[in-house]
Amino acid sequence: MADIAFDGPRGSKPRHRLSGRNIMIYGTLIVVALYYLIPLYVMVMTSLKGLPEIRVGNIFSPPVEATFEPWVKAWSQACTGLNCEGLQRGFWNSVRITVPSVFLSILIASINGYALANWRFRGAEFFFAILMIGAFIPYQVMIYPMVILLRELGLYGSLTGLVLVHTVFGMPILTLLFRNYFATLPEELFKAARVDGTGFWGIYFRIMLPLSLPIFVVAVILQVTGIWNDFLFGVVYTKPEYYPMTVQLNNIVNTTTGVREYNVNMAATILTGLVPLLIYFVSGRLFVRGIAAGAVKG
Amino acid sequence: MAKANGSGRPSRLFRNLNAKIAAIPMILTAMVVFVGFSLWTVVYSFTKSGLLPRRDFIGLTQYERLWSNAKWLISIQNLVIFGACMLIFSFVIGFVLACLLDQKVRFEGVFRTVLLYPFALSFVVTGVVWQWILNPDFGFQSIVRATGWESFTFDPLNNGKIVMLGVVIAALWQGTGFVMVLLLAGLRGVDDEIWKATRIDGVPAWKTYLFVVVPMLRPVFITALVIVTAGIVKVYDLVVAQTNGGPGISSEVPAKYVYDQMFLNQNLGQGFAASTMMLVTVAIIIIPWAYLEFGGRKRG
Repeated sequence: MADIAFDGPRGSKPRHRLSGRNIMIYGTLIVVALYYLIPLYVMVMTSLKGLPEIRVGNIFSPPVEATFEPWVKAWSQACTGLNCEGLQRGFWNSVRITVPSVFLSILIASINGYALANWRFRGAEFFFAILMIGAFIPYQVMIYPMVILLRELGLYGSLTGLVLVHTVFGMPILTLLFRNYFATLPEELFKAARVDGTGFWGIYFRIMLPLSLPIFVVAVILQVTGIWNDFLFGVVYTKPEYYPMTVQLNNIVNTTTGVREYNVNMAATILTGLVPLLIYFVSGRLFVRGIAAGAVKG
Repeated sequence: MAKANGSGRPSRLFRNLNAKIAAIPMILTAMVVFVGFSLWTVVYSFTKSGLLPRRDFIGLTQYERLWSNAKWLISIQNLVIFGACMLIFSFVIGFVLACLLDQKVRFEGVFRTVLLYPFALSFVVTGVVWQWILNPDFGFQSIVRATGWESFTFDPLNNGKIVMLGVVIAALWQGTGFVMVLLLAGLRGVDDEIWKATRIDGVPAWKTYLFVVVPMLRPVFITALVIVTAGIVKVYDLVVAQTNGGPGISSEVPAKYVYDQMFLNQNLGQGFAASTMMLVTVAIIIIPWAYLEFGGRKRG
């Protein structure tokens, strides 16, 4: 059942190779695919041109003289309004935010999901329902009380505070993902382990964990892309020296002082999108399965 | 319901104790953050809070100010325009694409990968890229002009009247693939027998899709609808990166209004009132759905 998604096309059978129907289908798909690819193409082309060439040429033409200087500048010299260190600081901040957040949020959510799927207790469904509904509350409603909480804990403005925020707000979708996955595992396994006297943690670590590596991979993909791409929490809960990459990108691009260096901006944009894009292209099918499983079965 | 009752335990509270301990983070998140924080914000939206939250209750004054504030009114108007366009286009395009990909297409995986990759990107990246493509001097407009159509004008990001169109184009680029993937997963779940039956009856494929498959996919549609709508209400980073609310205040959105009031204008009370309005909006959408999902039918 876990594989309902994409086990094969099921439309009506194709008839002739070059029928009008096929031309229409492939024509539409190719046009749409081009529309989707254009921004990526434009980003790369612009980032490889020098400023003078950008001023005279059009954004679709490939560079006459390719240069990697904009990339170097974006990485180490671009100005954000505060300093001119480029994106590198933001990159490392994002790494320092994403790695612990992903680990902590998945650990907690998987245990939650396991308790909900296999050890239901009174009230569990109630809390789960609140968690699910809570996922739809706009962050803006909870953002300020969270500031107060973090300030009281002495974590406001620190990376630890932001990790905590990501763990809390990542919980609904991850808990749902794990709960649904654990619920599809055969119950006999669980019962047999119980009969053997294995306890709550024993079953989690020795049976559930080894059986659910795919869903852990899906969760990692979801969380790495989600947290890497976060902007709002980064702005609100950290100070400028800890700003993640997305916030720095915005500051670099939308800084109004000086000449606008479009090529540097585009190089910075690609650099910021690189990590989620890499994850997406490497893990394609699992990424798709993750968002499909999370939503369709919910 | 409870599968695992420890037998012979003395107290109900300690029954299944490990599971309860394991669920503490979830219970805290649900009760403290989602319920507690939201209630706190609602309560403080009736106060005079400025730089710091204060408990000077002033009734509905913050809401009166909110609904007579031009920036807020534009934000709401923009959200409605943005939301309507997003829902209509992402679902129509998403469904058509899903149906096309369901026709035993060659290179289906390639098409799917291409259509979904923007979804992996940050809204900031999307906003910045489309800001560049829609740049009047170098982007789309200048290219069309260079082909000889000198009077061609399409400059949404500098024209307050159509600026939301520019934001919608970027948001559709990022989000349509997601809708398509959800619907495609739903289509693949449709029983083969349905297709055989309708084909024997001589029903054309498009009719089968529209009148047989769409009603069958109702749960998938509703889930996608709820997720997309909740995302629409939250729209923030895209606008900040692409237009920063401009030109002037013509592309402001509620989420940005809240942030600006709370963290830039030191007007917490306004921020709380505005975010409470966002909460109300989402509640109107979510409560009927949640009732159907969790309350209406019994589980197990």
